[in-house]
Amino acid sequence: MMPLLTVLTLIPAFAALIALFAGNRASVARGVAFIAALASLALSVWVWLGIGSAGSDGSMKFVEHASWVPALGIEYHLGVDALGALMLLLSAIVSLMAIAASRKITHQPGLYFALILLLESGLFGTFTALNFFHWFLFWELSLIPAFFLIKLWGGEGRGRAATQFFVYTMVGSVALLLAFLALFVSTNSMDFETLARLAATGELTTAIQAHLGPISLWLALAVVLGFAVKVPLMPFHTWLPATYAKAPTPVTMLLTGAMSKMGVYGLLRLALPIFGRELAEVRTPLLILATLTVVAGAWAAVVQRDLKRVFAYSSINHLGYCLLAIFAVALPSSPNSATSLSQTIALDGVALQMFNHGLTAAAIFWFLTMLEERSGGQLHIDGFGGLRKPAPVFCGLMGIALFSSLGLPGLNGFVSEFLIFRGVFPLSWVPATISVLGLLITAAVILTVIQRVFNGPLAERWKDFPDLTTGERLAVAPVLVLMLVLGLAPQLVMGSINATVMHLIAGWKF
Amino acid sequence: MLAYTIYLSFAGALMLAFLPRAWNAGARFFALAIALAGLILALLGFIAGSGQSTVAVADLAWVPSMGIHYTLAADGISRVLVLLTGLAAVAGVLFSWNIGTKDGDRANEFFAFFLALIGGVYGVFLSVDLFLLFVFYEIAIVPKYFLIAIWGSTRREYGAMKLALYSFAGSAMVLIGLLAAYAVAGSHTMNLHELAQYPFPVSFQMWAFPLVFTGFAILAGMWPFHTWAPTGHVAAPTAASMLLAGVVMKLGAYGCLRVAMALFPHGLDPWGVSFLGIDSWRTVFALFAVIGIIYGAAVALVQNDFKFVIGYSSVSHMGLVLLGLLTLTQIGIDGAVLQMFSHGILAGLLFATVGRIVYERTHTRDLAQLSRLQLGKAMPFAAWLFVIAGMASMGLPGFSGFVAEVQVLVGAWQAFPWFAVVAGVGIVVGVAYTWRAMQRAFFSEAWAHDPSAPIPEYEPITWAEKAGVFLLAGTSLLIGLYPRLLLDAITPAVQALPHALLTGGHQ
Amino acid sequence: MIMQAATVNYGNLFNITLPETILEVVSLVVLVVDLGWLRKSAQATRMGVACMLGVLGCVGALFWLLVHPTAVSVDGDALVATPLVAAAQVGILLLSALVFLLSIKTEFSRNPGEFTAIVLLATTGMLLVTAARDLLVIFVALELLSLSLYVLTAFAKRSAQSAESALKYYLFGGMSAALMLFGFSYLYGLTGTTNLTLMAPALSGGTVPLAIVALVLVAAGLGFKVAAVPFHLWAPDTYQGAPAPVTALIASGSKVASFALLVAVSDGVIAPFYSANGNSWIVLLLTMAIGSIVLGNLAALAQTSVRRLLAYSAIAHAGYMLLGIAAHTPQSGAAVLYYALTYALTTVGAFGVIGIVERSTGSDRMDAFAGLSRRNPLLAGTMLIFLLSLAGIPPLVGFWAKFNLFSAVLRSASAGNWGLALVAAALGASAISLYYYLQVLKRIYVLKPTQDEPLHVSSIELATLLLIALAVVALGLLPGMLSAWIPLG
Repeated sequence: MMPLLTVLTLIPAFAALIALFAGNRASVARGVAFIAALASLALSVWVWLGIGSAGSDGSMKFVEHASWVPALGIEYHLGVDALGALMLLLSAIVSLMAIAASRKITHQPGLYFALILLLESGLFGTFTALNFFHWFLFWELSLIPAFFLIKLWGGEGRGRAATQFFVYTMVGSVALLLAFLALFVSTNSMDFETLARLAATGELTTAIQAHLGPISLWLALAVVLGFAVKVPLMPFHTWLPATYAKAPTPVTMLLTGAMSKMGVYGLLRLALPIFGRELAEVRTPLLILATLTVVAGAWAAVVQRDLKRVFAYSSINHLGYCLLAIFAVALPSSPNSATSLSQTIALDGVALQMFNHGLTAAAIFWFLTMLEERSGGQLHIDGFGGLRKPAPVFCGLMGIALFSSLGLPGLNGFVSEFLIFRGVFPLSWVPATISVLGLLITAAVILTVIQRVFNGPLAERWKDFPDLTTGERLAVAPVLVLMLVLGLAPQLVMGSINATVMHLIAGWKF
Repeated sequence: MLAYTIYLSFAGALMLAFLPRAWNAGARFFALAIALAGLILALLGFIAGSGQSTVAVADLAWVPSMGIHYTLAADGISRVLVLLTGLAAVAGVLFSWNIGTKDGDRANEFFAFFLALIGGVYGVFLSVDLFLLFVFYEIAIVPKYFLIAIWGSTRREYGAMKLALYSFAGSAMVLIGLLAAYAVAGSHTMNLHELAQYPFPVSFQMWAFPLVFTGFAILAGMWPFHTWAPTGHVAAPTAASMLLAGVVMKLGAYGCLRVAMALFPHGLDPWGVSFLGIDSWRTVFALFAVIGIIYGAAVALVQNDFKFVIGYSSVSHMGLVLLGLLTLTQIGIDGAVLQMFSHGILAGLLFATVGRIVYERTHTRDLAQLSRLQLGKAMPFAAWLFVIAGMASMGLPGFSGFVAEVQVLVGAWQAFPWFAVVAGVGIVVGVAYTWRAMQRAFFSEAWAHDPSAPIPEYEPITWAEKAGVFLLAGTSLLIGLYPRLLLDAITPAVQALPHALLTGGHQ
Repeated sequence: MIMQAATVNYGNLFNITLPETILEVVSLVVLVVDLGWLRKSAQATRMGVACMLGVLGCVGALFWLLVHPTAVSVDGDALVATPLVAAAQVGILLLSALVFLLSIKTEFSRNPGEFTAIVLLATTGMLLVTAARDLLVIFVALELLSLSLYVLTAFAKRSAQSAESALKYYLFGGMSAALMLFGFSYLYGLTGTTNLTLMAPALSGGTVPLAIVALVLVAAGLGFKVAAVPFHLWAPDTYQGAPAPVTALIASGSKVASFALLVAVSDGVIAPFYSANGNSWIVLLLTMAIGSIVLGNLAALAQTSVRRLLAYSAIAHAGYMLLGIAAHTPQSGAAVLYYALTYALTTVGAFGVIGIVERSTGSDRMDAFAGLSRRNPLLAGTMLIFLLSLAGIPPLVGFWAKFNLFSAVLRSASAGNWGLALVAAALGASAISLYYYLQVLKRIYVLKPTQDEPLHVSSIELATLLLIALAVVALGLLPGMLSAWIPLG
């Protein structure tokens, strides 16, 4: 049995080392990165298929388990279920997209691609980890390359943005670390599955009480804080717009496409299983924050003038739905079949929304990259207009991505948002109702963007706006096709996801 | 076999001292050979000893009428620290590779003093006879003085004298305690194990423990006796700083564990009365350790001299080591020893970056001046090296510091919960000052006002520097990913410590 | 009080004093050779020959001592020959021989024959002091020693400083000799005998305030010889003014002899007395010890002349040794002797180096030593060893001697209350001493030399210094080497 997950995690890391030696030769560095990303994609597809074929009980597959530092309860424990495999797939796709979008990097390309590959490795590691040390290692590992990518290749004011990004995420990481240290002190284990089992039977709270006192709620909040910064949940989001705007656009693709999912995944893998009861206690405030995130995120997108900032806030909004669903699921009352059905549907939606949003947001930012290259670096919403005429293919293809983000039925965005709302309404109808506003405002935002950028009068200077080259079209096409396919036939993915979600929920206790 | 680490080093030092001046340039090769031999021996000894608890190395009668024997042995803790010494020695020589290239460098004397210091350190870690341990401890003092006074930089004579006098004062305190213990135990043995078994009266232990502990802790840089450390480390030449912060400070911590805590475990017991929550010497020293962690970190945060940042960070990290020792838990002491190793490697790496790679080329250590030099572009190797070393020093998982710090914190939590919290804050401040130094020195945008300013050209990184970097960074990474390599040796050794220790200081 | 007329065993006496006789004979021979045959020869030749003869004399006496170990001595004899006494005498003879070897190249005197003869006489005095156990013999021997040393101090006729310091030494010494004799007379009056061993039981009878007065006066005399506070005032000037070999002699052999005597007097006579009469003698010794340690170390911190620095450090070392005497056990006595011998050895070496540097640079200030390591690495290396041994750094013999001494003090029963505190103070003070020794070493190794050309040292001087340095290191590594003579532990 080959240690597939370890290999998957290490391929980008090794490729990063090789890319470093490419130094200033951009083509070599890009080539290495491409090959590594393609290999990773192939492997993650293999993993995904493996999940589907190995039976649909939703348990962990491709498990690797070895002792590491027994004194601290640290084990080398990897494994994926459908959720994890989906995230691996997403990371691989988004990384490939980011590398493809990084054509115009001329300054220290070897270092640049090495950092991107390290980031990919960090993503893979986080999504496969089942022991806190391993998970935390890669969580931090992804932070450093991200910081340097922003700091060294970003736009004006990148220093401050990078530092802000680092500080916020670091604070969250520290909170997570402290919480897990407390868990270790109480239970002598850092293993996610073990901790989840203990939580389900109620032993965890007893253990914490015995060793540390009645602080399990604080621990839960610390864990939530760590993820709240990452996703982000308002009001911990203030780092995001600046960072997304100042970062080089391919890096933003990675940030919004994959890294933000680390937070949501963390809530699903760590927070809900281990701290289900505590989250149920503070469900209402959390739901309020989630709703705020949805609505305020969308509203803020309305007033932005820079396209990157528009979609930055839009990201906040889209992930707000995930948060909404997750907090809604933590229902303190005893489950009956209707609630558990709604919970399952809601979480199915969350999983799908993660994948969809990742894909869509990355695609949108990819298009923004191309726009940026053609416009000489500016992305002001009023700086364009009537691009439909000189660049119809561009407009059409970007339109698909934009409509998917809007949630048009037939595209992938609709399915996930629908599932979320379908699941959340019975669980908690007030936040759900208010969040519908978010849908409406988002629609307004997207349509405005389309109107300003593609429709309207054509400015003189954009007469010769170059359309997409053949290469670009071929590059973007697979992603858009995927969006269509998922929109029309989501059951390709939902079968395995559903099995996993049911398995997970069965083991949780609120 | 391990004893040859000591003999080779001293023999090498002696030979170098007598080398004719014309052979200046060859001195470094010779020193490298000796240091490498020491490292290989240490490694072999480490591997050979794995699985055994104590490896006896030598045992000769020295002054039998006084019960003094030349006894060397290595348990797990000693083997780990001997390995650290070997690594630091090789790295130190590699980072001093430019000494001997110029006339008037006095390379022979430099490497002679260097090897003498290394020999003394090896001796301390391997000694089982208390007198012998003290002899080696004192031998290490004089080479330190000369290394700093002759080849150092900022205020070197003052720094050297302060360091030497503080060390000597500390050792005088230790000697008093030793003599008293020797006398009380009947004056017929100086063997550590035998003395550890001797039931010293509790009243005796109550004053002997703080005396000996303080004496050793001065060398370990415990607050408030730490002031020699930043001054001395900054004044010292790079190799000496690496050794001083990396290994010599660990001598102090080792002495605290091996001598003070093992011989006088009841000195840690509660007094029966309590002033503001302080109820035993254990709490007092733990408090000092924690203050050292925070104070060192806070002061490092406001330094303008790059080397001072590292100097104060050493004080902070050593505070963590002492805290770990005083938790009197298996996990805490394990963590403390691991942190000794980890910080030894990382301090070496940091001083090498700042002192050798940056300062040798830019001739400034002032952060404000460095921020104008675009070092991120001019010296990418140094910049990224500092990033990695800094991350490791911050306690990033994947490097050796993380596991050690977690172990100390967990142990501290069991023993002194509030101190654990403060220590945690200190570690977070550690992130801050490392970050600040890294930003200002390498990735600052102070030069952005004049983007056309040319990137300064510096000499390329020599092979010796690269080798040293890979040695140290590689070790830290290896231990970070697989700490069991060391923990498997440390844990049984800690378990074998005198029973009274690990019962938490109470009966 | 019993008046006992001891019958003198002349045969025994002759046997015991044969080394001294050899020395006296050799001194006469030297005078004859130098003033007779070599009168017309060059100064250097005369000095060389005279000193070599002096060495031969010492070696001859040494040989006799080694070959004929402890002869029989009877209680009640004026002179004794125990193993410890023999050890001290061997040491003294060695030290004098070394002083001679280091004087060969000196140029301060135009009367080599007289110089050698008087040194030999001084050595004789030292040997007698060590062995004497009768008050009168003690006094005579001490005077022999002291007068010789006064003259030797003034021997550099061209130096006004030499004459001045000799005068100070003489005045001070004369006064303390007088005081001591006065004390001796009281002791005789109280006990009716001048023999130390016979005196002991007589004194232990009861408290007599007069006895305390007598002891104070005796302490004054002996304290002067060892340069303990408050009888130390002569030391800095004398060490500075006298020619280097003479200072070496004063600092080494004379100290060893005086301490040997002090151990004998303290243990043999006073011990039984004060055990019945409270601790006045101990208090006296301790006061002198503490004063010496504190004053010696603190004053040394401020010195710029290396000679005065070593003088004050000598005062401090005397203080340490006085602590050992105050403990008055057989082990502590042996430890004091060990300390004195090894200290003396190191000091001879140190003053040898000073003499060489002075001859070359004309000054004894610390700055004259600047850059010595560059000008003559071997010489600098030996000075490094000597000064570090004085500071008590292992693995040199000075550390060992201190360790031995302090552990003996701590183990003695009478040290109970004061032992630990004072040992702690002594160790603290010796930590301070590292500072001023390092100051000299700093000049030697760290600072740049004022004159760049190498410093030439004659091979015989260099060989002697290397030999001493080697001995210091060897004894430090294997202190058991001396245990045949002086038991350790």
